[in-house]
Amino acid sequence: MIKIIVMLGLLICSGTGGEIAITYGMKRIGELEGFHPRSILQFLGRAMKSGWVWLALPLMAVSFYSLLILLSWAPVSLVIPSSAFSYVVGTFGAKHLLREDVTPKRWLGVGLVFLGVVLVLMTG
Amino acid sequence: MHEHRLRFKTLFTVFLMVVCANTGDLLLKRGMTRIGAVHVSLEGLKQAILATVQNGTIWLAILFLLGFTIFYMSAVSWADYSYVMPASALGYATQTLLAILVLHEAVTLKRWIGVFVICFGVMLVGQTKPNTTKGQQMPS
Repeated sequence: MIKIIVMLGLLICSGTGGEIAITYGMKRIGELEGFHPRSILQFLGRAMKSGWVWLALPLMAVSFYSLLILLSWAPVSLVIPSSAFSYVVGTFGAKHLLREDVTPKRWLGVGLVFLGVVLVLMTG
Repeated sequence: MHEHRLRFKTLFTVFLMVVCANTGDLLLKRGMTRIGAVHVSLEGLKQAILATVQNGTIWLAILFLLGFTIFYMSAVSWADYSYVMPASALGYATQTLLAILVLHEAVTLKRWIGVFVICFGVMLVGQTKPNTTKGQQMPS
């Protein structure tokens, strides 16, 4: 069980760090204009020029392999809900690093999601 | 009116994220079940990396997860991270259902209650404004 918790910690830290870095980069690049292949390629091209995206990529690779290892150890119905612990870390990151305004109602929603995940984990 | 369109666009993109993430995770589980439990050692990790690179199911899963990443990157380019991330939590509920239907995993009533609490949390998040940083400049 300890190795699952350690791997889960690695998954959450690397995954949330990568997502916050990619979000920071995307906010500076601008939004995707339509879902045409050409627009998507141009959008990805702009993204590849961002240092924040390059910071996010190795973090996401670590997160991906942590997920693969966890899935080789435990059922998907335990691993995937467990990974939702990143919601609390992510929302704190959004508030303090990305300067997003997280309203009390949204905090309540995030809190309920967190509570639900804890309930799910207690059945593991 | 603009806020309604923005909300619809964001929720539709989140829906596509969930479909891609769920399918990708199921395929990853299927691939890793075939590979077997990974041993945490230099040799074990080397073998795991080699096995995953040569596994077609893992590559198919990666395609779906790439689709998820594109929709995710697109969504956070116009909506808040703290909106997109919790809104996509609906995927945890559908993932649990798919784990039962496709992988025949056992899910207890207590776990289902947890899943419904997650869904209620998602509904609350969906009632808040999708973007609170419009017009703000990100520092260099």
